[in-house]
Amino acid sequence: MSMEQQHVPLSVTLPLRQGLKSLMLKNPILTASGTFGYGLEFAPYVDLTALGGIVVKGLSLKPRKGNALPRVAETPCGMLNSVGLQNDGVEAFLKDKLHRLPWQTTPVIANLYATAADDFAELADILSREEGVAALEVNISCPNVSEGGILFGQDPMLASHVVSAVKRRSGKKPVIVKLSPNVTNIMQIAMAVEDAGADMISCINTLTGMAVDIRRRTPLLANVLGGLSGPAIKPVALRCVWQVCRSVNIPVIGVGGICSAQDVLEFILVGAHAVEIGTANFHRPDATMCILRDLESLCNELGIKDLEKYRGSLRIM
Amino acid sequence: MSQSSVYEVEVVDNVPFGRTPGLFFALRLQKPEKWGDWSPGQFVMLRPCDWELDMTWGRPFSITRVSSREVVLFIQAVGRGTERIARLKRGDRVRMWGPLGNSFAVEAKCPTLLLAGGMGIVPFVGYAEKHPRPAELTMLFGHRMPEDCYPVETLSDRIELEAYLESSPDDLEWFLKHVKSRIAAYAARDGLVLACGPQPFLKKVQTYSLECGARTQLSLETRMACGVGACLGCVCTTTDKWPVASKAGQPVQTCLQGPVFWADQIVLEG
Repeated sequence: MSMEQQHVPLSVTLPLRQGLKSLMLKNPILTASGTFGYGLEFAPYVDLTALGGIVVKGLSLKPRKGNALPRVAETPCGMLNSVGLQNDGVEAFLKDKLHRLPWQTTPVIANLYATAADDFAELADILSREEGVAALEVNISCPNVSEGGILFGQDPMLASHVVSAVKRRSGKKPVIVKLSPNVTNIMQIAMAVEDAGADMISCINTLTGMAVDIRRRTPLLANVLGGLSGPAIKPVALRCVWQVCRSVNIPVIGVGGICSAQDVLEFILVGAHAVEIGTANFHRPDATMCILRDLESLCNELGIKDLEKYRGSLRIM
Repeated sequence: MSQSSVYEVEVVDNVPFGRTPGLFFALRLQKPEKWGDWSPGQFVMLRPCDWELDMTWGRPFSITRVSSREVVLFIQAVGRGTERIARLKRGDRVRMWGPLGNSFAVEAKCPTLLLAGGMGIVPFVGYAEKHPRPAELTMLFGHRMPEDCYPVETLSDRIELEAYLESSPDDLEWFLKHVKSRIAAYAARDGLVLACGPQPFLKKVQTYSLECGARTQLSLETRMACGVGACLGCVCTTTDKWPVASKAGQPVQTCLQGPVFWADQIVLEG
């Protein structure tokens, strides 16, 4: 006898406050900034309209050339990168890329990168006027040049300052704040950005790491330090998402080493509304499609009929 | 809708070359049913199905040749990934996406000089096979390992091939001098020069080509995480000769805009 697959609705509603319209996703699978280009690079492999959302690579006010090569290094179950936010700048994105993305059917989320709160605000202002941009994701894992290079995301006051600045200029666009795991207490930062008006949190960004060549006696990255991503960091990401979900009342998007449908459910189980797929896109460019396909059958197998009910249902012994 | 996809195919055979097992080998893969057209110079990303999570990236390989039933990749084991690929055997399954990137210029009636350093010989196997007039092709092949490590035989049947074994710095110096004079000779008759090999070799070829105004293309070898333009690990910087003005002097992805570049359009380090 054949078991007929039940159709599990995978759609997700991200409830937003302060009179903003909830963000509706077809499914909880988004792409992680910096691993999916501007989305268009993956069009030959991925049905972009099938994704829950597309988070494009970090945008800065002006084009950035990025760091010297080598910028990427493979490590066990992951990789280090120090690309240095190479990007074409926000204007080129809006002029050349955005209109080619299926933004009418799939929310396109712009990721913002700046080294001063004013620049973040200006980026938010530019992007808030764009019909094709569904939400803004603020990368606070970047150095604040006026504060001696300390990362915005490592200090609750600085993080809060950036979020307030962005919120003042973001109009009706929901603001997602992407947290850095390179902090002593991520809950403290999460609460600070919630208080400052963040509509959602995504976590985690990469963990700072290093790799060296013992024969050449050189670092593997020209920048010496880089951000570690991939399944190697998944337990850290899961811990952070669990902690953050318990400390704030805004939706949380899980990011960090998610490679399979099982990984997706793990993050939803600890409280995430949705997830971003990052380094897994390098395992194979159609990774998001594989995960999406498997997610429905895994839900069937586990008897999960409603992701919203499953979310946060972790039982602590 | 997506047009190309990630193919999952079987290894047909893994043919060793040379005397050291597992160092040089031709990996013969089933040709995917939907495999489209390809041109020499293009590459594929390859990731064996059993790599699971440990190995994060696929590996980029220049396409050696494609027959009606097989895609052949010629590979040298140089690190963690290629050493594991060297152990693949008949029946093992791999994932592959491609063909990726651009390809070498083909000018049917133009005398064409092929400059290969070591594994740089690989794309020229397919180039010589697909070229409409192989009589126009001459190759200078500099190599450090014995000649039987490389796919030389199929080439020497088809085109004029001069192979030079480098066993000392003097050999290399002599070879480079020879390369330089030949580039100048091809430039003088408006010939085409195509080069593939290690970066220091390509840097020399670039310098000589710019000096005498040769029309030269260089195929770069670089570290890539994705092969599709997303990781930005493989960028190189363009010169003011780059055809798109807004990208002149900017980083471009080798996997998308290359791996083949005109010598005057990119900056090579080293």
